[in-house]
Amino acid sequence: MTLLIKGGRVIDPANGRDGIMDVFVKDGKIERAAENIEESADRVIDAEGKWVMPGLIDLHVHFREPGFERKETIRTGSRAAAMGGFTTVCCMPNTEPVVDNDIVVEFVKLKAERAGIVNVLPIGAISKGMKGEELSDIGRMASAGICALSEDGKSVLNAALMKNAMRYAKMFNLPIFDHCEDPSLTGNGQMNAGAQAAYMGLAGISNDSEEVIVARDMILADSAKTAIHLCHISTKGSVTLIRQAKERGVKVTAEATPHHFTLCDEDITEYDANFKMAPPLRSKEDREVIRQALSDGTIEVISTDHAPHHIDEKNCEFQNALNGIIGLETSFPLANTELVEGDYLTPYGLVEKMSFNPGKILHNGKGTLSDGADADITIADPNEEYIIDPEDMVSKAKNTPFGGRTVNGKILYTIVGGEIVVDNGVLIKK
Amino acid sequence: MLGKDLLGLRDLSGETIMEILTVAREMKKKIDDPNLRDNTLNKSSIITLFYENSTRTKTSFMLAGAYLGGIVQDLGVTTSSVNKGESLIDTGLNLDKMGVKFMIMRHQMTGAAAVLARNVKACVINAGDGTNEHPTQALLDMYTIYDYLGGFKGLKVVILGDISHSRVARSNAFGLVRLGADVTLAGPSTLISGSMKALGVKVTSDIKGAIADADVVMGLRVQFERQKNMPFPNTREYSTLYGINSSLLQYAKKDALVMHPGPVNRGVEFSTDVIDGKNSVINIQVKNGVAVRMAILKLLYEANPNLI
Repeated sequence: MTLLIKGGRVIDPANGRDGIMDVFVKDGKIERAAENIEESADRVIDAEGKWVMPGLIDLHVHFREPGFERKETIRTGSRAAAMGGFTTVCCMPNTEPVVDNDIVVEFVKLKAERAGIVNVLPIGAISKGMKGEELSDIGRMASAGICALSEDGKSVLNAALMKNAMRYAKMFNLPIFDHCEDPSLTGNGQMNAGAQAAYMGLAGISNDSEEVIVARDMILADSAKTAIHLCHISTKGSVTLIRQAKERGVKVTAEATPHHFTLCDEDITEYDANFKMAPPLRSKEDREVIRQALSDGTIEVISTDHAPHHIDEKNCEFQNALNGIIGLETSFPLANTELVEGDYLTPYGLVEKMSFNPGKILHNGKGTLSDGADADITIADPNEEYIIDPEDMVSKAKNTPFGGRTVNGKILYTIVGGEIVVDNGVLIKK
Repeated sequence: MLGKDLLGLRDLSGETIMEILTVAREMKKKIDDPNLRDNTLNKSSIITLFYENSTRTKTSFMLAGAYLGGIVQDLGVTTSSVNKGESLIDTGLNLDKMGVKFMIMRHQMTGAAAVLARNVKACVINAGDGTNEHPTQALLDMYTIYDYLGGFKGLKVVILGDISHSRVARSNAFGLVRLGADVTLAGPSTLISGSMKALGVKVTSDIKGAIADADVVMGLRVQFERQKNMPFPNTREYSTLYGINSSLLQYAKKDALVMHPGPVNRGVEFSTDVIDGKNSVINIQVKNGVAVRMAILKLLYEANPNLI
């Protein structure tokens, strides 16, 4: 089986390439990318005027299985990933049961294999049951194939346990994806603290609830001499802390979500829980700092924090509604519209944030169009404008605040291991 | 002009507020003279739906509805299927189907009235939602001020106490600022957020300075039930530092109105001699509450002819 992608703009930070090239795929691997490949192929895709990128990688999704299949399943989530141009996604472990032992890891892998749409990598919980009391079966989960550790949804509040997790995870070369939030400071908060919260009468969540744990965990990573990846950074203060830590040599990487670089607290004008997430939408100033941090590389990854919920969990009192929004099918167009067209990122920079850098963090050979790499490729039209309609989405959930928004940038092809999963905008593999 | 619902004063024009106050003056006569009571609401069904406790608001709404010829029922939330886990929206949809035209709701969560309103056909009147708004309380407060002082422009109104948990303070701030009053919110720094300035008010912890030359001194109940993480050490310290007694009240204008939405923690936010003193209009407020609520029911009924 061979595939030739002709005449696209190949953007491949792993090899420092950005130019018009052809890509030749054979037996699931990238054979080569070069100018004017004339070889015949079983399938030829005309990519003129399109971007040809290493498959997008999302370090942060919730596919809810096992336990919350009414929100999303590994299959439906995989479809959403494919439609969003993602060839690899990492699933957070806050399922029921929690992914805290090798049996549940195997279950997730089995479901992902049966779905067989994109690469779904399980993340293991840091602590047993995500209770923050004792370490989960980290070594056994590593053998079973987790890609990282995370307690996403909360922080490990016991600092000594967190430090031990860092030191222990290092033996298995597992990155730690760190949700930073001090619940005592979040309290009963429902949205970002500030003028808009005062206006809306909702209890506020101040920036310090994130920043105290960002600071603590970078200190711990430094003393444990490990790397740490900070999830969904949302505040100016966190960005300052990360810059300072990097200057003194702490091995820290960070991610931002499309909603945090696109929206701000002023967008919460009705009590519409599709605008409710953790961390909350922050101030305009914070949003600008997040964009700048993506621009200058302080934040090196864009992740969606794809968090599907059932409609009944969102169409209710704001305070009763669960946190999170879906993001896989809107991430690329939002990044393109807000960051590339907004002059914060070059197309090359976007591919770094959405494929190459997350690939480096996973260190699994993904995020590259190098010769011999798995043929995970995403092709997008950066100039196709459309209005986001949640009803068009394939995710089982529809909880997005972006319905009705005009964006630029459409995923046309998602190719996973040489197999075309999305073909000219149509999902082939169900 | 009112729309389908009354959810708060945030989005109410000064004109609409004045219209309500004007109609309320007319309505007030019906309280004392049963012969003036009529069939304005044409037997519309009114249901009170209180997820939180209430003495004044619920009773005055029920009486207001009855005085205007409505059919008034209370859904005892604690004995209803809410206790079996029925959702707010489902509860509202059921009441809709029974022909309820006015749903008067108090709820512990901000925005709950808005959520109910956008899911039901009936007119929703917010009788207090979380820390957001309590529009009918603010309107009765404004009515009282209007009745005694004749207007709002340039009036110095001080609202004291547990600001951060107070929907009464917020609704009053929205309404009073809109009509040109000079509003100061005062209380201990842990019970008041500087962000409140976004509402166009002054924010201070200097009680004496706040009271100086005030036309209206409005106290708020300290909401012990909503407090976590100890915003102040104890009640004794609170009343010493932030409680209003008659000597402190002397800093206000001589004929300043002393107001309180109730229930009062006697000796905490106000001393007993202030509550029962000559400046106090606390009990008048309660009577005005019935009048204002009648006015709101009447105006909503008229604004929504399709309801019948």
